[in-house]
Amino acid sequence: MADIKPDATLDCKGMNCPLPILKTKKAIQGLTTGQVLFLEVTDAGSKSDIPALLRRTGDELVEMNESNGVFSFTIKKG
Amino acid sequence: MENKKKRMAIIASKGTLDMAYPPLILASTAAAMDAEVAIFYTLYGVDIVNKKKNHSLKVAPIANPAMPSPVPFPNILGVLPGMTSLATMMMNGMIKKINWPSIPELLSLCTEAGVRMIACTPTLEMTGVSKADLVEGVEVAGAAEFLDFAFDANISLFV
Repeated sequence: MADIKPDATLDCKGMNCPLPILKTKKAIQGLTTGQVLFLEVTDAGSKSDIPALLRRTGDELVEMNESNGVFSFTIKKG
Repeated sequence: MENKKKRMAIIASKGTLDMAYPPLILASTAAAMDAEVAIFYTLYGVDIVNKKKNHSLKVAPIANPAMPSPVPFPNILGVLPGMTSLATMMMNGMIKKINWPSIPELLSLCTEAGVRMIACTPTLEMTGVSKADLVEGVEVAGAAEFLDFAFDANISLFV
């Protein structure tokens, strides 16, 4: 997160698959190319699910972190 | 990002609460992953898109030894009156605990994401369900229409 300022943030803590994926997709759709989304999820599957989503949508995973069971993702719309 | 979109074709043939979730979860997720998705609702599966029924789908405990129970429970007792309601209540509790959307909510997420929904014509005929009973956006067609989509699918599932 160091130097990138997100254009939007999304809190999916407490949600389970498939909701974080569906909400993330919607949030990315609301951005324009190059804009950045900061996402927080507690669903353990999201560690692999969010990167899998982005591989398919062509958006970029800039950074992923985990602390105290919260996964945070910095995503740049492709 | 592929030049040609991936495609998933699902047949939903069951009308119980537990079997309604997998097709809808996979369909909405695949749509989010930029795939083209169609679900063909046939036989009991039509209940999933029947407005009069889809908010109260049930779980059958009988012949379902995987159904979790707070106490050890011989499966045969599932024939007793009230057991289906009990199992359904428990299932609804578990669904709530993990914050899952309801079936009608999940359906609208699917249609919003562009998932094609097709209800099987002979099933409607057989069960006396009309198009007006179905969730908005559901098409009514037969096997050929679904297969025309499914022939080019990368993933085909029968649920």
